[in-house]
Amino acid sequence: MLYREAGQFSVRYADDRRFFRLRQGRLGLAALLTFAFLGVPLLGNDYWFSAILIPFLVLSLAGLGLNLLTGYAGQLSLGSAAFMAVGAFATYNFELRLPGLPLLASIVLGGLSAALVAVLFGLPSLRIKGFYLIVSTLAAQFFVQWALTRFGWFSNYNSSGVITAPPLQVAGLDFSSPAGRYLLTLGVVSALFWLGANLARSELGRNWMAVRDMDTAAAVIGIPLLKTKLLAFAISGFFLGVAGALWAFTYLGTVEPHGFDLSRSFQILFIIIIGGLGSILGNFLGAAFIVLFPLLLSNLATLLPAGFIDAGQLENLQKMVFGVLIILFLIKEPEGLARLWQRFRERARLWPLRY
Amino acid sequence: MSAAALLELQDISLSFKGVRAISDISFAVAEGEICALIGPNGAGKSSLLNVINGVYQPQQGLIRFAGRECRAMRPHDAALGGIARTFQNIALFKGMSVLDNVLTGRNLKRRAGWLEQALRLGRAPGEDDRQREAAEQVLAFLRIQPWRDAIVGRLPYGLQKRVELARALAAEPRLLLLDEPMAGMNAEEKAQMSRFILDINREFGTTVVLIEHDIGVVMSLSDHVVVLDYGRKVGDGPPDEVRRNPEVIAAYLGTRH
Amino acid sequence: MEFFFEVLIGGLLAGVMYSLVAIGFVLIYKASGVFNFAQGAMVLFAALTFVSLLERGVPFWAAFAVTLALMVALALLIERAVLRPLVNRSPITLFMATLGLSYVIEGAAQALWGAQVHGLELGISDEPLELGGLLLSQFDLFAAATAAVLVIALSLLFNRTRIGLALRAVADDPLAAQAVGVRLQRVWAVVWAVAGFVGLVAGLLWGARLGVQFSLSLVVLKALPVLIIGGFTSVSGAIVGGLLVGASEKLAEVYLGPWIGGGLENWFPYVLALLFLLVRPAGLFGERAIERV
Repeated sequence: MLYREAGQFSVRYADDRRFFRLRQGRLGLAALLTFAFLGVPLLGNDYWFSAILIPFLVLSLAGLGLNLLTGYAGQLSLGSAAFMAVGAFATYNFELRLPGLPLLASIVLGGLSAALVAVLFGLPSLRIKGFYLIVSTLAAQFFVQWALTRFGWFSNYNSSGVITAPPLQVAGLDFSSPAGRYLLTLGVVSALFWLGANLARSELGRNWMAVRDMDTAAAVIGIPLLKTKLLAFAISGFFLGVAGALWAFTYLGTVEPHGFDLSRSFQILFIIIIGGLGSILGNFLGAAFIVLFPLLLSNLATLLPAGFIDAGQLENLQKMVFGVLIILFLIKEPEGLARLWQRFRERARLWPLRY
Repeated sequence: MSAAALLELQDISLSFKGVRAISDISFAVAEGEICALIGPNGAGKSSLLNVINGVYQPQQGLIRFAGRECRAMRPHDAALGGIARTFQNIALFKGMSVLDNVLTGRNLKRRAGWLEQALRLGRAPGEDDRQREAAEQVLAFLRIQPWRDAIVGRLPYGLQKRVELARALAAEPRLLLLDEPMAGMNAEEKAQMSRFILDINREFGTTVVLIEHDIGVVMSLSDHVVVLDYGRKVGDGPPDEVRRNPEVIAAYLGTRH
Repeated sequence: MEFFFEVLIGGLLAGVMYSLVAIGFVLIYKASGVFNFAQGAMVLFAALTFVSLLERGVPFWAAFAVTLALMVALALLIERAVLRPLVNRSPITLFMATLGLSYVIEGAAQALWGAQVHGLELGISDEPLELGGLLLSQFDLFAAATAAVLVIALSLLFNRTRIGLALRAVADDPLAAQAVGVRLQRVWAVVWAVAGFVGLVAGLLWGARLGVQFSLSLVVLKALPVLIIGGFTSVSGAIVGGLLVGASEKLAEVYLGPWIGGGLENWFPYVLALLFLLVRPAGLFGERAIERV
C-alpha cells in the first residue's frame, strides 16, 4: 500500500519520462537528498565521513562510469582504474600548472583528459568485438600506470610518484574538513548522477543498449556505430576521471599510480556486477556492498576469540566470498541487487495483499 | 526495366571465401510495389537482402537506389536513404522495452544532440514528445500498444516479429525489406501479418521486398516475383507469369500442386 | 649481431613459458567457449599445492599425483558449480564468472598454504650452456622441450582418442555434438582437467623460475596477448604467439627501452596484440566467422 499508484496517471508524455513516475518516489528522492545534504553533515562523525561515506560516493560514481560503458553499451572494460588515474593526475597538474584555476574547473578538465584517453583506447572497439576488447582496455591499464610512474613530470618529480591534494576550496569556502570533503563529494556525485541518469534514458542511452544487444541490427536502422561506441568510451572516461580525482583528493588526500592498479579496475567491475549491469541505482547498491562488506567481515572476526583468524586469512576469506558472490550473482541474478530491490518494491506496492 | 524503378540491381555477384552465394543477379523493383523473392533454402535470398542494405558488400555489380548509383551500400547510408528491414532470426534489442525498440527506429529523425538531450535543453523535450507520438502511432497501427512497456525478449515469437516490423516502420522507410516475416507462424497469424504488409504498402506507399516460403501467401500478396536458385535468377515477373514459367517449376516448385 | 641473437633466443625461450600457459586457455576456449581468466589462479593453485606437499616431505612423484588429482577434482567442481548453470550465457558473462572463480581459487590457495614465497627446485641447473657461440639457459631449453612434449601429447589426445573426437565435435558445433550423443558435461570436465594438468606443468616451470608465490596467477595477463596474436582456438597459434610475444618484448626492452624508458614489457605485448587485432581480428591461426543475419 506504500506504493499505491491509484489515481496517478500520466497525462502527458513528459510525465512518463520522469525518473520517478510516482509521487512517492519523487518525495522519497527529495527527502533523501535533503537528508544527505543537511542531515548527514550534522549527524555524522569523522569516521563515517572518511571511511564509509566518501569512498561509497566515489565508488558509486566510478561504478556509474563503467556501467555506462559496460552495462549500457556492452563494451567490457578492465581499464577503469587507468581512466581514474588519468583524471586524478590531470586534475593535479591543472591545479599545479595553472594557478588560480578553480578546483571544480580542474576536476572537469581532469575528467575531460580521462575522456580523451578513453576514446584513444576505445578506437579499436569498432573492429574488435565482445571480450576481445579487454585487450585494448588492459593495454590502457598497463600503459597508463607505466607512463605515470616512468615520467616524473606527471607527479611534479616526486620521488615515489605521489601526488597530494590541492587546497579544497570552492567559491572561497573551505571544504577540507571531513564533513566538507563529504559535502564536496556529494555535490559532484549528485550532479553527475543526474547527468548520467538522463543520458541513459535519452536517445544516446537507447543507442548504447541497441549496440549492446545486437550491433548489426543497430547499424541497419541507422545508428552510427563508431560514434555511439566512442561516445560511450568518452563519457565513461569522463565519469571515471572525475571519480579518480575525487578518490585522490577528497578521499585519500595523497595517491600514487599504484593506487589505480588492475585490482581497482576489478573492484569497479564487481560493483556493477553485484549492483546490476545497466542500472543506475545498482551503482549505489554495489558500491555500498563493496565498502560495507569488508567492514562487516572484520567486525564479525573480532567477535571470534582473539588469534582465531588473522588479518591475512581474513583477506583470503574476503576474496573467496567476493568470488563466490560474483559467480552466484551471475548465475542467479544477472541484474544484481538493483533487480532484488525492484522485486521488493513490487511487493511493497501490493503489501499487505499478495496480488 | 520500368522507368519508375526505386531499386535496381545490376549483375550482383557475392562470394564468401571463394564460395559463390550470388552470381550475376539483376532485377528492378518499381516504386510502390510488393516484390517477393522466392527460392529454395540456400538460394541466396537473405544474402541478396544483405547486399541491398549494405550488411554484405558484393564483389561485383551495381546498386541503384532512388536514383543514386553505387557499387556497394553501407548499412548507415542505406538507412539514411530510407531502407529499413527485418531479419530472418529476429534481431530485436532483447533487453529493451517494446517502446524503446520502436524509438530506436526513429533515431535518424532526431535533430537534438546528445548533450542537449542529457541536459534536457533546447530542442530536446519537444522532440521527445514528437518522437513518442510517432512511435505510438506505429504501435497503434500494428496493434501492439498493450505490450508497450514489456521487455522484448520475454514476448512470444509472433509478437516479436510484429515489434520488429514496428521498429522498421518507425523509420518511415521508402523501401522495406522483410526477411521471412511469416516464418514459423500459423495460418491465422500469417493472414494477420499479410494484412499488415498490405496496409503498409497501401497507406504509406512503401515499397516492399520480402522473402517468403509460403507460395500461397506470395501469390496473393505480391505484384512481382523474383525466383532464385543456387544464387542465380531463374524467374522474374508478375506472379501468374512466374507460376507458368517451366524453368521456375523445374527449379523450385517441382511438380504442380 | 651476436648480442641481438642472444636477446632474440632468450626471448623466444621465455615465450615458450607464455605458450605453456596459453595452451591451457586454448583447450578450454575450444571446448566450452569460455575465456578462462582463472587459468592463472589454477597455475598458482597447482604450484602452491605441489610445493607445499614437497615441503611436508611427500616424494616428488606422489606430490605430483596428489596435485593432479586435486586439479581434476577442481575441474569437476568448476564444471558442476559454474559452467553447467551458466550454459548458453553470453561470453562476457562467462568471462566475468571466471574472474570471480580466479578470486575464489586464489583466496583458497593462499588460505590453505599461506602467502609466503616458496622456492622450488626441479633439479635442473640454470647454468648457461654454450651452443654455437651463443649462451643459452639450460632451464629454458628444458622448458622448451617440456612444451614440445606437451604439445605432441595433446595432439595425440585430440586426434587419436575418442574423447579427442568428442572434443573436436563439441568445438565445432555443441548442439550437433549433443545430438549425436556426445555428453557435453563430460567433455567439459575432461578438458578442464587437462587444462588443470597443463596448469600444473606451467606452474612447476614458472615456480622454479620465479619462486612459487602469488604473482604466478598474473601469468594470465601475459597469456592474453599471446592468445590474441595466435588465435583463441589453435594450439599451434598459442605456441607461435608465445614465441612472438617473448621475442618482441625482450627486443623492445633492450632496443626501445633506452629511448622511452624501461619496464615496458608490461604493456608492450598488449600494444602488439592490439596492432594484430586491427590487422587480423581472428589472430594468426584463428578462423574468422562470417556474420550471418
